[in-house]
Amino acid sequence: MAQIFHRSTNVLAKVSIFGAVFILAGLGWAVGAFVRSPYVSGVGVAVQQPVPFSHKHHVADAGIDCRYCHTSVEQSAFAGIPPTKTCMNCHAQLWTEAPMLEPVRESYRTGKPIEWVRVHKVADFVYFNHSIHVKKGIGCVTCHGRVDQMPLTWRVNTLYMEWCLECHRNPERFVRPREQVFSMTWEPPKDQLALGKKLVADYKIQKLENCSVCHR
Amino acid sequence: MPAHDTIHWEEIRRRLAERRGPEYWRSLDELADTPEFRELLQREFPDGATEWADPVGRREFLKLMGASLALAGLTSCTSQPSDKIVPYSRAPEEVIPGKPMFFATTLTLGGCATGLLVESHEGRPTKIEGNPLHPGSLGSTDALAQASILTLYDPDRSKAVVRTGTPSTWNAFAAELGKQIESGRRPQGGGIRILTETVVSPTLGAQLKAVLAKFPAAKWHQFEPVTRDSARAGARLAFGEAVNTFYRVDKADVILSLGSDFLPTGPGAVRYARDFASRRHAQVLQDGMNRLYVIEATPSLTGAAADHRLVVRESELDLFARALATRLGIEAGAGSWQPSPRQTKWIQALAADLTVHRGSSLVVAGDEQNPTLHLLAHAMNRALGNVGQTVIYTDPIEAAPVDQAESLRQLVADMQGGAVETLLILGGNPVYTAPADVPFAEALNKVAFRAHLSLYEDETSTLCHWHLPEAHYLESWSDGRAYDGTVSIQQPLIAPLYDGRTAHEIVSVLLAEPKWSYDVVQDHWRRERRPDDFDAFWRKALHDGVIADSALPAKVPPLKATLPIAYPAAAAGELELVFRADPAAWDGRFANNGWLQELPKPLSKLTWDNAALISPAAAERLGVKNEDVLELTYMSRSVKAPVWILPGQADGTVTLHLGYGRARAGRVGTGIGVNAYALRTAAAPWGGSGLTLKKTGERYRLATTQGHHTMEGRNLVRMASLNEFKQHPDFVRNPSDHEVGHEPSFYPKFKYEGYAWGMAIDLNACTGCNACVVACQSENNSPVVGKDQVMMGREMHWIRVDRYYKGGLEDPETVHQPILCMQCENAPCEPVCPVGATVHSGEGLNDMVYNRCVGTRYCSNNCPYKVRHFNFLQYQDDQTPSLKLLRNPNVTVRSRGVMEKCTYCVQRINEARILAKTQDREITDGEVITACQAVCPSQAIVFGNINDPKSGVSQRKAHPLNYGLLTELNTKPRTTYLARLRNPNPALEQD
Repeated sequence: MAQIFHRSTNVLAKVSIFGAVFILAGLGWAVGAFVRSPYVSGVGVAVQQPVPFSHKHHVADAGIDCRYCHTSVEQSAFAGIPPTKTCMNCHAQLWTEAPMLEPVRESYRTGKPIEWVRVHKVADFVYFNHSIHVKKGIGCVTCHGRVDQMPLTWRVNTLYMEWCLECHRNPERFVRPREQVFSMTWEPPKDQLALGKKLVADYKIQKLENCSVCHR
Repeated sequence: MPAHDTIHWEEIRRRLAERRGPEYWRSLDELADTPEFRELLQREFPDGATEWADPVGRREFLKLMGASLALAGLTSCTSQPSDKIVPYSRAPEEVIPGKPMFFATTLTLGGCATGLLVESHEGRPTKIEGNPLHPGSLGSTDALAQASILTLYDPDRSKAVVRTGTPSTWNAFAAELGKQIESGRRPQGGGIRILTETVVSPTLGAQLKAVLAKFPAAKWHQFEPVTRDSARAGARLAFGEAVNTFYRVDKADVILSLGSDFLPTGPGAVRYARDFASRRHAQVLQDGMNRLYVIEATPSLTGAAADHRLVVRESELDLFARALATRLGIEAGAGSWQPSPRQTKWIQALAADLTVHRGSSLVVAGDEQNPTLHLLAHAMNRALGNVGQTVIYTDPIEAAPVDQAESLRQLVADMQGGAVETLLILGGNPVYTAPADVPFAEALNKVAFRAHLSLYEDETSTLCHWHLPEAHYLESWSDGRAYDGTVSIQQPLIAPLYDGRTAHEIVSVLLAEPKWSYDVVQDHWRRERRPDDFDAFWRKALHDGVIADSALPAKVPPLKATLPIAYPAAAAGELELVFRADPAAWDGRFANNGWLQELPKPLSKLTWDNAALISPAAAERLGVKNEDVLELTYMSRSVKAPVWILPGQADGTVTLHLGYGRARAGRVGTGIGVNAYALRTAAAPWGGSGLTLKKTGERYRLATTQGHHTMEGRNLVRMASLNEFKQHPDFVRNPSDHEVGHEPSFYPKFKYEGYAWGMAIDLNACTGCNACVVACQSENNSPVVGKDQVMMGREMHWIRVDRYYKGGLEDPETVHQPILCMQCENAPCEPVCPVGATVHSGEGLNDMVYNRCVGTRYCSNNCPYKVRHFNFLQYQDDQTPSLKLLRNPNVTVRSRGVMEKCTYCVQRINEARILAKTQDREITDGEVITACQAVCPSQAIVFGNINDPKSGVSQRKAHPLNYGLLTELNTKPRTTYLARLRNPNPALEQD
C-alpha cells in the first residue's frame, strides 16, 4: 500500500510541532502587545473635552502651579478637579468673550457643572491615593507626564498594575526630592539610584506590595 | 434546617443530663443529634446551599455561562468606557473631595433622643457612628440606629404629596388646610386634633403648645405602640407627678432587673450597656465586678448577661417584687402568694445582697411591666438609699408626658362622637399599631379632613385624605432630649431626597406662620437661651451635637404613694401572652429595612419573621415542634403564628414580637410575619393571662441562622465564676491549646516588622446586641440576600454573633460570641486558593482580592471558623439609584461569584496609615477603630497593633483570660477572646 503522505510532509509535521511552541508564544506576545497598545490602554490618545482646556497654555505659558486647581492633591485620595469658580477667577477678566469659554461661563451662570471626560482612570477595585504619593516624593510628571507640553491632556502611562508595581517594588528609581514634586522640568540626575536610595531612607518609603494596600 | 417529624424530648434531656463540665450547646437539633443536624455539620454550607436552586435549570445556566464566558474573554480586550468627572460649579467651603466629613445629629426613637455622628461623602451620608460627646451614646449606637441610614435611601419611601390617591403639592395641602381651619364649625379650633408620637423635641413641644394657645379648644394627642406608659404611670403612682428615672449603672454593685431589658433596649440603653460593661471588663474584674440578677418571663439579652437569672411568669413578677419589697421592710402587701422554695431562696439572697450594698444597688423595673412594679422599684430604691446614687430622678424628658393609650382612646372617642373635623397625624402609623380594642381605623373615617405625615405611604396613609411625605431625620432639622434630658440638635446631612417635610413645618402652617424647620428650631433656641452671642452658642451646639448643660437637674421627689397598694387581679387562665418590641422591626417602622430583617434576632436567631416563642416544656406538652403553626387566641381575638421553641422561656408563657404582619410596608416588609397588634389591647399592652393555643396542622418555614456554621463540640466559649478564676487563673488554658510558635509548620514564616493588627473581644462585656453586625454591613457594603437564601445558609454578614447555651432547657445560661475573620497567621484559606485571591499581608491580614477571585470556594471549605461568605448570586442591588448613594466609596461592591470576608476594616487602616505618614508619625493606639469596635455599646471589641506592647489590644491579649479559638490547629488567630466570668452570689451558687 502506497503511503498516503509524501515524505516531504514529515517536514511539515516537524515544523508544526516545534512551531506550535513559537506560534503560541507569538500569540501570547500579540495579546500582550495588544493589551498594552494605546488602542486598549489609551496611552498617548488625547481626550476630547467639552472645553479644549490646555495644560500647556496654563502651566507652561501662564505658569500656574498644579495645586491652584488640583487643590486636594496633598490632603486627599482625589487630586480634585477645579470647580467652575476657579476658572472664572481669571476668566471673569480674561477672554471674557471667547466663544470657546462659553460652556465655562454657562456653568458659572447656571450652577450646572462642566462634565469633564476622565483621562486617568484606574479600575474600580483600585484605591489610589494622591496625597501619600505626593508626600513621599513622587512627582506629578512621574505618572502624568509633561502636562505642560499637552495642548489636550492624554495618558502617558497605562496605569496597569504592572506599571504600579514597577515603582512599588523599586521606589528608588522614581522618587524625587519633595520640593521638586510639582516641578514639570526636574530631571532625574545621572545617579538617580543613589539619590533615590537616600530619599527612600529619608522619607521612610516602604515597598508596599500587599494587596490590601490598593485593593479592598 | 430540614424539619424532622418528632422531637425526642427524653433523648434530649438524657443527653443534657449526661453532659459534664463546661459544655455548651446551640440548638435543640444539636442536642437531639438528628441526622439532619449531622449532615449540617459535615457540610461546609447547609444542604442545597451550594446547588443552583433557581427555576432556571443547571444546564440552561451552563449554556448561558458558556456564552457569557466567551464574551467575557472578549471584553477584556477593549478599553475602559469613558467616564465623566463632574466637579462643583462653586465648591462649598471645607469640602475636600475624597475626604469624608462628619456631622453631629440626633435620632429620636421610642421617646428618647440619641446623639450621632454621621459620615458624609460629598454630601451623601453613608455611615452612622455614635457621638462621643453625647451622654446617651458616648460614641456608640444600637443596631436600629445603624440601620436607620438604609431607611433614608429606601426606594419604597413615599416621594410625593398624595391627595386621595392622586399626586398633589404642598401648596395645595397648605391651602386646603387653611381653608379647613377657617371653616371649622367649632369655636377656638375645637375640631382640630393633632396626633404625634412621643414628643421629646423641646421645639416641637413648644410649637404644639403654641397651637393649643392659638386654638384653646384643639387637642394634642400622643400615641406610639412601644412607649413608656407604665413607667410614667408608675412614677405618678409613686410621686404624684410625672418624673423621669434614669440609672447610674456604673455606680451599682448589685443590680436587680425586674423584667427589664435595659441593656439593649429603651432610653439610655447604649449608655447603660457601656456603664454595665465598665464594671465587667476583664481588666477591672479584680476590683469591683458588679452582679446582675434578672427575673423575667421571656429570655432577653439582659437576662443573658445576668449572673443569676430566675424565670417567672409575668403575672408572678409583681408578686415576687412585693415579697422582696416586704423583706426589705416596705409595706408592699405580699398577700397570700406562696413562693416556691427556689423563689424563697432567691428572695432571701436578693434582700441580703441588696441590703449589704445599700446606696450602690439598683432595682430596675421593665418598661413593659405594670405601674405597680415601677412603684415597688421606686420604693425599694428609696429604702436601699439608692436615690441620688444609682437612681436619678429628673423632670420628664417628654414635652408632655401623657398616658398614651388613654390619649388615643380619647381621640377615638372624639372621632366617633363626630367632634373631630381636622386630624393631623404627624408621624407614626396608628392604623397599624393601635390597640385592637381601640377602633382607630373605623373612627378615622368619621373625620372630615385627615392628613398623615410619614416616611412611607402606609396603612394609615391609605385611610387619610392627604398623605404627606415626611423628611427622614437625616434630612431635617429638629432637636430632642436624651434619657437624662440632654438636648441635642438634629441637623440634616442631605437635602430631602423626595421633597419631604417635617412636623415642625406642618405645625408652623397650622400656626399660620409657615417656616422652614431650620428657622423654627433656631428661633426656639434663640428665645430659650438668649445668650449674648447666639451664633457662637448655635455653632457650638451644632458642632458638638449637644447643648451644653442641658441635662435636666436631678431632684428627689417625695414618695407619696400609700402602701400597701391594691393587689392585682388574680391571673385568669393558664397561659400567658407577652408582647415585646421586635429587636429588628421594632414597632413595625423598620419592617422595610432589609438589614434589620436579615439580622438574626439575638436569642432565637430567627430572620425575616417573628414567631410564637414557647418554652421547651410547653412544646413537649402540646406536642409541637419548631415551625408548626398554632392559633393564638387572646381576649377572643386570634392570629396564627409559627412556633419557635426558645430555651429559657417561662413555661406557660408565649412571646410574640410586634412589628410584623404589615399590610403596606414596602417591597421588603409587606406581608411577612405575624401581626401581633391584632391581639394587643390598650388594657393589656404587654400581654397577660388567658391565652389559648390550638394546633392547626399547618407548617411555616422559618429562616434561622442558629445551626449555620456550627463549629462542632469544641471548647469555643470559655466561662468560669470569679472565684474559680481567682483559684485557677489559668483555667482558660485548654490541654489542646498549642503554645504559639512552638509547632512545626509547613506554612512560610512571616515576619511582622511594622504594625501587626490584632483584635481582642471581651466576652465579659459582649451583650450580644447585634450592633456590630449592622455596623459591619453598613461600613462594608454587605448585601441583603433574602429569606430563601438565609434558609440555604447564604447570609453575608462578615461578623456574626454565635449564641451558646449551657445547662438545662428550662433555664440555660446564655453566652454570646462575635465571630469574624480570625486573620490567622497560619491561614488555612491562603494556600488552597488556586489564583492567589487570598494572600497574607505583611501586617498579618489575610487580604481578600476580589478581582482575582474566581469562586472556587476552596478557601471557605478550608476555613475552620466558617467566616467566609460567597456571593452565590448577584446579591448587590446595583440598579436602584438611591442605594448607590448609600455605599461606602472606600469598599469594593462585590459581585456574583466572589468570596468575601472580614478585612479588619482595611480601608480604615489604610486611611490611618496614609494620614500618619503624611504627618510623619506612626499610627497611634486607638487611631484605627474598626466599624464593629466603634459601634459596640459595651466596648467589648478592641483592635490595634499587637507589636506595640503598650497598645490596648496587647494589654488585653496579655490578660490571663485571653484565649484563641481552635488554636490546636496551629492557625495562630489574630482575633482572640477573653473568657467570660460570672460573679455569682455564693448563697445562690448551687441554685
